[in-house]
Amino acid sequence: MKPPRFQYSAPRMLDEALVLLEQHADDTKVLAGGQSLIPLLNMRLASPAYLVDINHISELHYIESEDGYLAIGATVRQAQVERSPLVQQEHPLLREVIRHIGHAQIRSRGTVVGSIAHADPAAELPALLTCLNGEVALESTHGERVLKAEEFFTGYLSTAIEAGEMVSEVRFPWIPPQAGWAFLEFARRAGDYALAGAAAVLTPGLDDRCLTAHIAYLGISGAPVRARQVEQVLIGSTLDEQTLDQAAELARELVSEDMEDVHATVDYRRTLTAELTRRVLTAAWARREH
Amino acid sequence: MQEETFPTFTESCLISVTVNGNLYEREVPVRMLLSDFLRHELHLTGTHVGCEHGVCGCCTVLLNGEPVRSCLMLAVQTDEMALTTIEGLAGTNSEMHPIQQAFREKHGLQCGFCTPGIIMSVHAMLHDNPNPTEEEIRHGLSGNLCRCTGYQNIVEAVKLAAERLREPQAEVD
Amino acid sequence: MATRWFGAPVQRTEDPRLLRGKGTYVDDIDLPEMLHAAVLRSPHAHARILNIDTSAALSLPGVHAVYTAADLGNVLEPSPLLVPHHALTQPRTQLPLAAEEVRYVGEAVAFVVADSRYIAEDALDLIEVEYEPLPVIHNLEVASAENAPLVHSDVPHNVAAHLVQVVGEPDRVFADAPHVIKEPFYMERGAAMPMEGRGIVARWEGHTGTLTCWISTQGPIPIRNGLAAIFALPEHKVHVIAPDVGGGFGTKIMMFYPEEILAPFAAIHLGRPVKWIEDRRENFVSSNQERGQYHEVEYAFDDRGTLLAIRDKFLHDTGAYTPYGIIVPIITACSLPGPYRLKNYYSEFTVLYTNKVPVSPYRGAGRPHAVFVMERIMDRIARELHIDRLAVRERNFIQPDEFPWDVGLVYQDGGPTKYDSGNYQAGLDKLKVMLDYENFPKMQEEARKQGRYLGIGVGYYVEGTSIGPYEGAHVRVESDGRVFVSTGVTTQGQAHYTTFAQIVADQLGVRPEDIMVTTGDSQAFYWGMGTYASRAATVAGSAAYLAAVKVREKAKQVAADLFEASPDDIELANGKVFVKDAPHRSLTLGQVAISANPLRYSYGENARKLMSMKLAGPRPGPALPQERGGPGLEATEFYSPPHASFASGVHGAIIEVDPKTGMVSFVKYAAVHDCGRVINPVVVEGQVHGGVAQGIGGAFFERLVYNEEGQIINASFMDYLLPTAAEVPTITVDHVETPSPLNPLGMKGAGEAGVIPVPALFASALDDALSPFGLRVREMPLHPCRVYELLKEAQQKSA
Repeated sequence: MKPPRFQYSAPRMLDEALVLLEQHADDTKVLAGGQSLIPLLNMRLASPAYLVDINHISELHYIESEDGYLAIGATVRQAQVERSPLVQQEHPLLREVIRHIGHAQIRSRGTVVGSIAHADPAAELPALLTCLNGEVALESTHGERVLKAEEFFTGYLSTAIEAGEMVSEVRFPWIPPQAGWAFLEFARRAGDYALAGAAAVLTPGLDDRCLTAHIAYLGISGAPVRARQVEQVLIGSTLDEQTLDQAAELARELVSEDMEDVHATVDYRRTLTAELTRRVLTAAWARREH
Repeated sequence: MQEETFPTFTESCLISVTVNGNLYEREVPVRMLLSDFLRHELHLTGTHVGCEHGVCGCCTVLLNGEPVRSCLMLAVQTDEMALTTIEGLAGTNSEMHPIQQAFREKHGLQCGFCTPGIIMSVHAMLHDNPNPTEEEIRHGLSGNLCRCTGYQNIVEAVKLAAERLREPQAEVD
Repeated sequence: MATRWFGAPVQRTEDPRLLRGKGTYVDDIDLPEMLHAAVLRSPHAHARILNIDTSAALSLPGVHAVYTAADLGNVLEPSPLLVPHHALTQPRTQLPLAAEEVRYVGEAVAFVVADSRYIAEDALDLIEVEYEPLPVIHNLEVASAENAPLVHSDVPHNVAAHLVQVVGEPDRVFADAPHVIKEPFYMERGAAMPMEGRGIVARWEGHTGTLTCWISTQGPIPIRNGLAAIFALPEHKVHVIAPDVGGGFGTKIMMFYPEEILAPFAAIHLGRPVKWIEDRRENFVSSNQERGQYHEVEYAFDDRGTLLAIRDKFLHDTGAYTPYGIIVPIITACSLPGPYRLKNYYSEFTVLYTNKVPVSPYRGAGRPHAVFVMERIMDRIARELHIDRLAVRERNFIQPDEFPWDVGLVYQDGGPTKYDSGNYQAGLDKLKVMLDYENFPKMQEEARKQGRYLGIGVGYYVEGTSIGPYEGAHVRVESDGRVFVSTGVTTQGQAHYTTFAQIVADQLGVRPEDIMVTTGDSQAFYWGMGTYASRAATVAGSAAYLAAVKVREKAKQVAADLFEASPDDIELANGKVFVKDAPHRSLTLGQVAISANPLRYSYGENARKLMSMKLAGPRPGPALPQERGGPGLEATEFYSPPHASFASGVHGAIIEVDPKTGMVSFVKYAAVHDCGRVINPVVVEGQVHGGVAQGIGGAFFERLVYNEEGQIINASFMDYLLPTAAEVPTITVDHVETPSPLNPLGMKGAGEAGVIPVPALFASALDDALSPFGLRVREMPLHPCRVYELLKEAQQKSA
């Protein structure tokens, strides 16, 4: 299982990379961590004629605290985010989610932005970004544009990235200090792609009822699903049994009809999603400040 | 790979990589996988290839100390980096590394094919977590498949290795 | 003679090399001028080949050859049929490259040889094959249907074989039986998935006319014989070596795989060494698989739970060809009775072709199916009569004084299925203690109160092992006192380098680490079969024992002459050969070896010391008398078992099931194992651990999913799930030892044991955990989604 032929470049500057991406825009892929791309190359499921390796672009290597969000540059490894004291302190949900990704060997090389750009429906980070209503910064020789998560993820392994563009940064909004959060997934084995999973952030009001709710799912549709109907049900509630039941039932319906694979029928996935919903909401609510 | 000139696309690159403390300079095809480079260019055949899609872990090596799947890296990406493979683990004398020794004592290998990858993963694991619980060990091993041992004696070997490495005179890296 | 090494947990001699990454697996072999091959495989499960255009591939720079069937000349022959059988009336084996028709996705269609594997794969993409798709027979149901389309156009009804065996009078017994139940059971395919795939390096030396092949195989000697025949070479000019092999598990015994013929063909044709290494994707579609069977079983029992009779009719999926005959279903039929008294038994199986990867044994080789059926029967009898599941089994056990016990069937070796020894009750007694079986109901009840579902399951098996026809071993003491042992079996992690050394060490009074064992080299030992069917340690080990005894006797003779003593007064210990009660009259084993070789010269420290000793001179007459039996201290012996010896074991597990999600985890796993006298307990336990892990994989994680087009839709490690360290529980192992009377050391085989009872006990535990829902598992493998579906069905039925 050897990669097909391609031409390769490893620029050290972002604008060099953008020029290279533009040259053969339709037949070029970005190589960052390679944990998703190289298996595809080895299996010859992808055969880009050109590969632009961005790993030497130091200006993309940052984890920065910004106003409203944590910014992560395109060459930052998942393992680096996992170990970052800034992340541990300021964005524990992000850290928790990353710890669910694959195995240590994958996280040593895999990048946060790479996982976002690859947009596997069963991947954790796209769902988290969607849950938090985060953003993706895209660069090309024509300039920069910023998209919200839900604009960015368009379907199965598809995003709004245009030919000649690359994702330079991903932005994970901060979670209010009083909010409770949780991430949960069902997988067959440790480190597998999930059958279904969810990230939830619930903020209590002064009356200790749910004031705001964010919940997004992975593995139930081509793109991550931000479950606004579920959120609506939660707002104003105390996350009691009846509310959880309602939420779970609504969540079932979010599983797309085409989400049948070797591991799960649609019906089973729906059942998992319902169960997942109860558990992740219970866990998130328990974590709130009250 | 310095350059004042604008980078272009190429099909082969000159790389300079340190493996087990030795510097190698080689011109390699850009599509050559790191696993093939180590095994067939450098003749370090201790790193094995089991799946070439990043699941089995047989190809695990240490890149700047961190465990990576060499089948999921291109050789050209290791330019100016330092790698450690199984051959570099034991010291220059004939003694085995405490991890290797523990595997021997606990019968932690049978056919030996997954073993180098597992040992490199264990090396990194114990470096991050010198006193792991059994659950942490099993979870930490879940990125390496073994078809022969059922993992039991591997877990015992890791426990023994951890114990030995925590002893004050254990000065190996 | 007291044994010091046999039975001891000796550390393995092979480990330092392997731990340092100094093993030599086939892909580690790099020869000068070596070329690399890749195989074009059929993307269709069934199609006619209309045309193959290799011109574009041939003109790719770096490509040296592209072979299709048309290029193979008289090498284009179906590969030999291993293990013919009278019931296998329609055997079919593969051509090295498909000529007119392809019959499974993965079948080899063309063979490319290039400067690198990368270029060879590029060339594959350039070969154009015109196929005419044909109807796909994708499972047993389709294969056995009335007017089914045919996998082989000249094999009516897709039936490769049909065998009926009857023991006693089942019809009469069924007619009178108080209880009769009929049930279907179904098992589907899994695969061995050794971490190292298959591979071969073939080298042809024109000037000596020698073909050398390094192959990741379990049977180099038969391959040597086959290659000699295929390429019309003298056997001594063909050298086949199995170097270090990264796991076999049965899948590497099948020969010939096409590549084992194609690589030598190309090497001879091109005059350069050719390497072909199977990648994982190929392994899914071209290494043999196993486990597909469908059983319809009727069983009769009385009010006490005594099993009276069984009628088992089953279909066996052999895939597109029958390379290994019908061994697997024969083993299933013979293994079904298990540890129980079954004197009335009707067994009928039909072997069907399907358009899937061919089937040959995978660890367990038909026994997991048999055990699944029988243990499900035992559980059901218990449920019907409200008797404890283990009590029912105990009631039916063959007792220790009833051995040898003749099951009444012909086993895979052509001999009787005759259990030589066993003590099934003893095994179960141990297991009950290990699982704390008596207290489990209370544990289960407590858990249920908390809304948790725990279950306990047990599976008993009897395993035919150590079959013939024979193996041999050669033992030779070298001048420095180290001992060379060679044998025709191979090693894929079973520690033969250590266990055979232990056997020989006991006879020659040396340490195992002074013994160099060679396996898997057709020139180091000429005769033999290979490692499979849990036979190597017993059969080759017995041969090593016999050869070592001969060498020991000879050493005593030679020393007796030198010391002018009686051979009965000579002893061997600590590397020395000496007169009993006069230890100062001693030589090293190496010196005795030198003395046993009456040359006019000899070398080394040992020889120099000998010269200065006061020993008896040679007798008058020939320097090497007839009765010496040859120079030096060496012997070659063969062991041929009269028939199989029968190991046994019982495993049990406590599991927890989440009925909402169908997810299962293991709380406890215990295994009791009887493989007769054990050479090295650590090695045996390791084999059990590994087998159990594969069994757990085969019960709950690994399922090969074929679609209606005969495509495997989960052909990668991402979707074919091998259990990791996080999924396999800790396994406690205990032993029962009922020596086999059939071989000198009382051994029985151990290699496959761990995997055999797992599907059965898993089903048993699931039923037990989910008994409030009335679950009855009849299929394997399962996965959470399927558990969820079965649970839903059970709930709907009881509603």
